[in-house]
Amino acid sequence: MTRFGPVAAVLSFVLVLWYGGAVALNANGVIERVLNDKSGWTASDLVVETLSMERPVLPAPHQVAIDLYSSIVDWPLDSPRNLLYHTAVTAQSTLVGFVLGTLLGVLLAAAIVHSRTLDRALLPWIVASQTVPVLAIAPIVLVILGSLGMSGVAPKAAIAMYLCFFPVTVAMVQGLRSPQRIDTELMYTYAATRLQAFWMLRMPAALPFLFPSLRVAIAAGLVGAMVAELPTGAQAGLGARLLTGSYYGNTIGIWSALVLSALLGLLLTAAVAGVQKLVMRGRLA
Amino acid sequence: MTAMNVLWLVLMLAAAVFSVRRCAAIEGPRWAGPLTAGLFGVWLLVFWQFGVTAFEVPRVLLPAPSAIAESLYEHAGTLGRDFVQTVLKAVVSGWALGSALGFAVGVAIDRLPFLQRGLLPVASLTSTIPLVAVAPIMVMWFGFEWQSKAAVVVLMTFFPMLVATLAGLQAAGRQERELMHSYAASYLRTLIDLRLPCAVPFIVGALKVNATLALIGAIVAEFFGSPTVGLGFRISTEAARMNMSLVWGAIVVASVTGSLAYALLVQLERRWAFWHPSVRSK
Repeated sequence: MTRFGPVAAVLSFVLVLWYGGAVALNANGVIERVLNDKSGWTASDLVVETLSMERPVLPAPHQVAIDLYSSIVDWPLDSPRNLLYHTAVTAQSTLVGFVLGTLLGVLLAAAIVHSRTLDRALLPWIVASQTVPVLAIAPIVLVILGSLGMSGVAPKAAIAMYLCFFPVTVAMVQGLRSPQRIDTELMYTYAATRLQAFWMLRMPAALPFLFPSLRVAIAAGLVGAMVAELPTGAQAGLGARLLTGSYYGNTIGIWSALVLSALLGLLLTAAVAGVQKLVMRGRLA
Repeated sequence: MTAMNVLWLVLMLAAAVFSVRRCAAIEGPRWAGPLTAGLFGVWLLVFWQFGVTAFEVPRVLLPAPSAIAESLYEHAGTLGRDFVQTVLKAVVSGWALGSALGFAVGVAIDRLPFLQRGLLPVASLTSTIPLVAVAPIMVMWFGFEWQSKAAVVVLMTFFPMLVATLAGLQAAGRQERELMHSYAASYLRTLIDLRLPCAVPFIVGALKVNATLALIGAIVAEFFGSPTVGLGFRISTEAARMNMSLVWGAIVVASVTGSLAYALLVQLERRWAFWHPSVRSK
């Protein structure tokens, strides 16, 4: 727990900076709209007013917290006014896409490791796709799937899926190839079949490569799901909340959605880390 | 979908599988690998072109490669302006500023272990947060022009560079540090002559990661509002108008930009970090 003190210090510094920023950024608007009507306002008036604006340039942390709290407590869970509902919508498409993308990635990696043709023909393209903004294809995927009559979770999950599968494939190919020559030769002397060698040697050896890539994948999948929510008429999901917030100038709403998406990202990664601990327990380092 | 077309498709598929397999079986020469990948790509384009025209896939679904090439040529001016707006203005400035800031902060807090222990966990956690979601806020603060996109990119590129710089500065070995100490080298000497050079592979690695992040950040930020120019704007508006060949054209521009930037940085890595095992083994 030696980290606790420094982290708390940094976080409280951020909080202080945030309050200072809120006062500084909102000051102009407050002076123009509120305080100029009254004569002889003081600095404390300014601080009070800047931290309680309805549409601030930068809302104060407690305003965001209150907005979050009221949106979660005051409305039923299935109401579109409840932010947890939108979080659940985004989390659902992220998770569906993540699971499908991981499966696809692992299957593709297994095929690539066992086929020289795929290794030479396909792998360079998958590696190259890491350098390309794949997310830009999201609107196209939405249009194509939309015209095929798919709506709701499916298109969003599809986008989350293809963002997830690239890093998983690359890491799994590396991992499935990581067993030492001496180990593969041992399997050979046991007359192990390729399938047995795969499950008993390659797969366990690939796990340490798989989990870091899963963390990258789920973060990318979350971004994908949120971006996929933008052009669909912004009905539900955290991405849609961000967009409606920016349409109506509802800054506090944007920040609430932002905070929740950050929390969702942390939660999903923590879940992956938890699964990693569960699977890798009893292993050295 | 006539029987003739299906027959052609099967024949072509056989030819493709055969040629790619033959090519992949070539041992030895260094060009064999890229050749196989290239051949695979060419076959993919051929099938795309043939499939789309033979089975009359509607243009709004999937335009043929020839249609995309045509629209690339036809709208070269528009896409060129989009490129200048998104890449040259927003991405390059944001990427450079964000990376420079991350590096500067990393070096600055190098002597403050308290801040390091506090900042490093926070900075590593930001990689799990969809930072690009700050785009609507940046658009509100900095307006529709490229400055707001650059701001998003700065935020997205700052943390990976900070983490990499901090990790890189720790990379110098104990022996080398003790040698510098025995030379009575000052902190600054040690930093410049030993620890910064040791950090270069980490820093170039972060620059590469940041290049992709920056492109994504700028394009997605344009979905939230932009002047009527820019790659992200082009993609979202033309997709809404079902003008898919231009959308694909914009994506081609973005992809080529991404790969070229990456290739450039790999060259840089070879020049600056030629001594590092990960570079030498290539």
